[in-house]
Amino acid sequence: MLTTTAPGLDLEASFEQALQGFGLSPAAAHLLWLPLPMVLVLVAAVVGVLVNVWLERKISAAVQQRIGPEYAGALGVLQPMADGLKLVFKEDIIPARADGLLFTLGPVLVLIPVILSWLVVPFGQHLLISNVGIGIFLWISLSSIQPIGLLMSGYASNNKYSLLGGLRAAAQSISYEIPLALAVLAVVMMSNSLSTVDIVNQQTGAGILSWNIWRQPVGFVIFWICALAECERLPFDLPEAEEELVAGYQTEYSGMKFALFYLGSYINLVLSALLVSVLYLGGWGFPIPVEWLASWLHQPIDAPLVQLITGSVGIVMTVLKAYLLVFLAILLRWTTPRVRIDQLLDLGWKFLLPIALVNLLITAALKLAFPAVFGG
Amino acid sequence: MTIASITQLICFVALSATLVLGALGVVLLPNIVYSAFLLGGVFLSVAGLYLLLNASFVAAAQVLVYVGAVNVLILFAIMLVNKKENLAAIPGLGLRRLLSGAVCGGLFLLLIRVAFTTPWALPGPEAVGEEATIRIGEHLFSDYLLPFELASVLLLMSMIGAIVLARRDVLSSDVITGEAVDQGLIEKERTPLLLENSPR
Repeated sequence: MLTTTAPGLDLEASFEQALQGFGLSPAAAHLLWLPLPMVLVLVAAVVGVLVNVWLERKISAAVQQRIGPEYAGALGVLQPMADGLKLVFKEDIIPARADGLLFTLGPVLVLIPVILSWLVVPFGQHLLISNVGIGIFLWISLSSIQPIGLLMSGYASNNKYSLLGGLRAAAQSISYEIPLALAVLAVVMMSNSLSTVDIVNQQTGAGILSWNIWRQPVGFVIFWICALAECERLPFDLPEAEEELVAGYQTEYSGMKFALFYLGSYINLVLSALLVSVLYLGGWGFPIPVEWLASWLHQPIDAPLVQLITGSVGIVMTVLKAYLLVFLAILLRWTTPRVRIDQLLDLGWKFLLPIALVNLLITAALKLAFPAVFGG
Repeated sequence: MTIASITQLICFVALSATLVLGALGVVLLPNIVYSAFLLGGVFLSVAGLYLLLNASFVAAAQVLVYVGAVNVLILFAIMLVNKKENLAAIPGLGLRRLLSGAVCGGLFLLLIRVAFTTPWALPGPEAVGEEATIRIGEHLFSDYLLPFELASVLLLMSMIGAIVLARRDVLSSDVITGEAVDQGLIEKERTPLLLENSPR
């Protein structure tokens, strides 16, 4: 575990201290603490999906000059709940000639890596499940499990559209993983650490000016394009292109199994947006450093109230940045046409990959030339 | 025993069980697709064992390389060939199975003997944990420099080979058949290699 002395709320330490005050052993207190952040993050992820679905409906309606859902709750905020409930109550069908075991396992394998990746998303100095040292690398390696689930469900459906969709999805995520990893590598090189907390801390020096987006503009664009492709969002939703493949690997799925795919893709979108904000937009950092604000107001940064406000501002900033990016993704989905599969692979291999390599080389050179600005 | 060590023991037993059973399934199952998916499970449980040994970077690299690349490639290869194909009967299958079983059993006994006769230093060296990436980097650029560079040359060679195979039109004669290549018409005139025997 990393030992940082930076100020900030440490809920884990205070919770365990409180429990030890009741006479519990440190190990038992830790055991009681462990499930709390996991459940909290799971709930946050699912609520994030509900918000996302509502935004998608409302923004798509606005783009197409419609009103969108408005009867289910105020402004239709309950519509995502209705969608979810509908999927829960639908009959769970396994096609007669399909491979039942793989058919069931496929969606699970798609969803689990995405949820596991939330392990490394920081909402504050100590507000993450685990500050694992390999941080962002864990996300990259976990997201490489997903294609197996897609291939599995595509194969098990025993349907040519499903198989083609699964193969396309796997090909797409393999091709876009490489420029994605190279863009992340450039950021990691600047912050000398794979840990997401360290990556954010390295961007907190001068508020908005020290965010990585100014130092890595090309990396930011590459990462965002690749993240959209990994999430299979338009303009890259080739695996489920309706005109060619019905619904790709999801064709034979219904009920909760389909809901798992649905949930997985939206959690992945929110996760990608959160990681973009962590890697390039300063994570939980306020555009003006909170330390400066506190000193202007003559408040000590260690005071409990100030720390509480700082923590809340951090969470709000992370979520705000992430949802701005989600808004961008939704707008892109409803305004751009789909690319062809050959264009998609050309873009990945012949354009993004060389650019990402050059970006990495230039970052390394700049790091050697200006160690003060590019993290020595 | 503390809670941590009990958890570790349970994880170790569960991971080892999935590892051994999965590996047996990879070899013994007649359906090649199941074998390929089980192989992914085996790789994942190996990564879990690395994690138990406090080598998180190696575990993540294992998942990225073996599950994300090798296993996906194997699955691609399986799914791109016709799945209804029955293999031709091999003469003397029973004898072959017996022989390969004997070879595997011999190897297993040899490994067991090595494991029991080697004087293991217990407890082993301290796990470096978070410092692992730095240590691996130092080793790669000092005493393991030659293997590292050789591996990169090997990868470059295979990359160039793949490009040559994929772009046969840049060569004057076909790599596989040795015939002269008509640059412009290659895609229209020649029937694709893989589709020769499949029904149209």
